[in-house]
Amino acid sequence: MSATESTPVAAGRATGARPGPERGPGSPGTRPVAGRRPRFSKAHMKEWAWGYAMIAPLFVGLFLFYLWPIVQSAYFSFTSWGAFGGQQWVGFQNYSSFLSDPQLPRAAWNTVKYALIILAGIPVSIVFAALMNQVSGKYASLYRVLYFLPVVSMPAAVAMVWRWLYNGDYGLINYLLSLIGIHGPHWVSDDRYTIWAMGLVGIWSSLGYNMIIFAAGLKNIPRQYYEASSLDGAGRVRQFFSITLPLLSPSIFFVSVLSVIGGLQMFDMVLMMLGKTNPALAGSKTIAYLFYEDAFVTGNQGLAAAIAVVLTLVLLALTAIQFRLQKRWVHYA
Amino acid sequence: MPSRQRLWPIHVILAVGAAAMVAPFLWQLITSLQTTGETTSVPPHFLPSWQWSNYSQVFHDTKFAQQFLNSVSQTVIRVLAQVLFCSMAAYAFARLRFPGRNALFMLMLAVLMVPSQVYLLPQYQLVQNMGLLNTLAGVVLPGLFSAFGTFMLRQFFMSLPNEVEEAARLDGAGTFRIFWSVMLPLAKPGLISMGVLTVLWSWNDLLWPLVVVNDDSKMPLTVGLSTLQGEHLTEYPLLMAGSLLASLPMILVFLAAQRRITEGIALTGTK
Repeated sequence: MSATESTPVAAGRATGARPGPERGPGSPGTRPVAGRRPRFSKAHMKEWAWGYAMIAPLFVGLFLFYLWPIVQSAYFSFTSWGAFGGQQWVGFQNYSSFLSDPQLPRAAWNTVKYALIILAGIPVSIVFAALMNQVSGKYASLYRVLYFLPVVSMPAAVAMVWRWLYNGDYGLINYLLSLIGIHGPHWVSDDRYTIWAMGLVGIWSSLGYNMIIFAAGLKNIPRQYYEASSLDGAGRVRQFFSITLPLLSPSIFFVSVLSVIGGLQMFDMVLMMLGKTNPALAGSKTIAYLFYEDAFVTGNQGLAAAIAVVLTLVLLALTAIQFRLQKRWVHYA
Repeated sequence: MPSRQRLWPIHVILAVGAAAMVAPFLWQLITSLQTTGETTSVPPHFLPSWQWSNYSQVFHDTKFAQQFLNSVSQTVIRVLAQVLFCSMAAYAFARLRFPGRNALFMLMLAVLMVPSQVYLLPQYQLVQNMGLLNTLAGVVLPGLFSAFGTFMLRQFFMSLPNEVEEAARLDGAGTFRIFWSVMLPLAKPGLISMGVLTVLWSWNDLLWPLVVVNDDSKMPLTVGLSTLQGEHLTEYPLLMAGSLLASLPMILVFLAAQRRITEGIALTGTK
C-alpha cells in the first residue's frame, strides 16, 4: 500500500534533494546536448522570452505586495508619521523607543517561552509518528485523520473552543482536574498560566502536521538497518536511539526550524483566546502582538515597522545559527 | 512488523492521543447544543438539552450566511489565481533556461524567509491607496501570489520525467503548448496538493482580513467569529455553534482530500 500511495512524494524527495535550480547538461527542458546552439540563437531567445513571460504575472504580484513592501518597511522603521500623514526621518528613534518599551522584556520572554514550549512538543510528535509507523495501514490512516483534525480546523475557532475548555469556573479541564482533587487555576485570565495554556494548544494543533513530516522521514529509513541490528541483538529502544533518531534528524531539523519561526510569530491566540478585554492580556503579549497593536490599534506605524525589522533579524539570525549547528547533529544519508 | 500481542500497548497510547485530539471538538459540539444556563452548572451536562436553536441564532445574530459566502469567494479566487500564476512560474523555474533565473528564484525564496509582519503594513497602505479597504478585492489581492506555492510546484515539476516533454518538442509543440497540454496534466497530483493547502490557508486566514475589513457584511468567517466573540463573550453555546459551523467546511475538505494534503506536506518537508 505504502509503495503506491507515496509515489509522488518519494519522487519529489528524489529530485528535491538536489540543491538549487542548477541542472547538468541534457537535463529536463533543454535541447539535446549534442546540438548545442550558439548563445544567442533564435531558439535561445525564444526560451528566454517564454521564461520571463511565464514568471511575469507572479513577479508583478510578488514585487508589488511582498518585495517592495519589505524595502518600504525597512525605510518606515526610520521614519515617523506626522498627524497629517507626512513622514519624517527620525533615525534610530523607533528602535530606541522599542528597546526601551517597558512592555518589551515581558513580551520577549513570553515569545521565547512560547517557542520553547512548542519545541518541547517535537519529541512527542516523533514518538507518536514512530508508534504510528508500527501499526498497519488502515489503523494508521484512521489515526492520521484524527491527529490531523486540529491542523485543518480554523485557528480562530480552535482558540474559542480552548478558551471555553480553559474557563476557570466552568471549563471542562478544571472539572476533570477537580475529579482527581486538583483545584485548577484560571488558565486564560491569569498571566502566570496564559503562555503555558497557549503553548499546549500550539502543540495540540501542530502535532498532526509534525507527525506527517516525521512519518515521511521514517518511511525513508531502509528496513535492512533494523533487520541487521536485530541480528546483532539490539532491542527496540536501542534501535530507536541508534537508527531512527539519527536517520530522522533531517526531518527533526526541518520541523525545529519551522517551529522556531512560527513560535516566535505567535499572535492569533493572544487575540482570540485571551481577547482585548482580558485582565491577563498585559502580561501575556508577544512580540508579534506588540507589532499588531502598534501597527493597527494605536497607529504607531514607524514603531511597528521597527518591531518587524527586529523580528526579521532575530529570525534570520536564529535560522542561520540552526543551519550552522545542524552539521553537528543532522545526518544526511 | 511486530506481532499482534506486542501491538496492543501501541494502540492504547495512540488511542489516548487520538482522544485528546478529538475531545475538544466533541465538547464544542455538546456545548453548542446546551442552554447558556447549562454551561454554568457544575458538574457539566454531558448530555445537552439539544438546543438546535443556537445554530439558527448564529444566523440571526450575525451575517453568517453572507460571511460564509465571503469566505468561499475569497478562497475560490485565491486558489484559481495561485494555481495559474504559481504553476506557470514553477514550470519556468524548473524547466526553462533564461538569464537571471537563479537570482530571481533566490529573490522569491527571500519572501518565504521574512515574517509576514514585515510586509503587512505596506500591503495595507497599498490596498488603502487603491481604495480597496472593505472590499473582496482588497481581501484577496496579496494572496493571489504565493512564493510558497511556486516553490512547492517547482519541486514537483522537477520530479517529473522529461521524456514526454522531449517527445512533444520533437513533434513541434511550442513551449506554452508543452506546459499547458503536456506538463500541467502530468502535474495534476502536485496541483491538487498545492490547491488544497491554499484552500486551507485561505479559509483559515485571520490577520489580513482582520486589518482590511471592518464592515461585517464584507468580512470572512474568521473575522466574523472574532466579532461574534466580542459581542457575546460568555454565551458559549452560541460561540461553539458558530465556531463549529465555521470550521466544518475545512474538516470536510480534509476528509475528502486527506491523501493530497498529507502528501503535499510531506513534499515540502523533505529538503
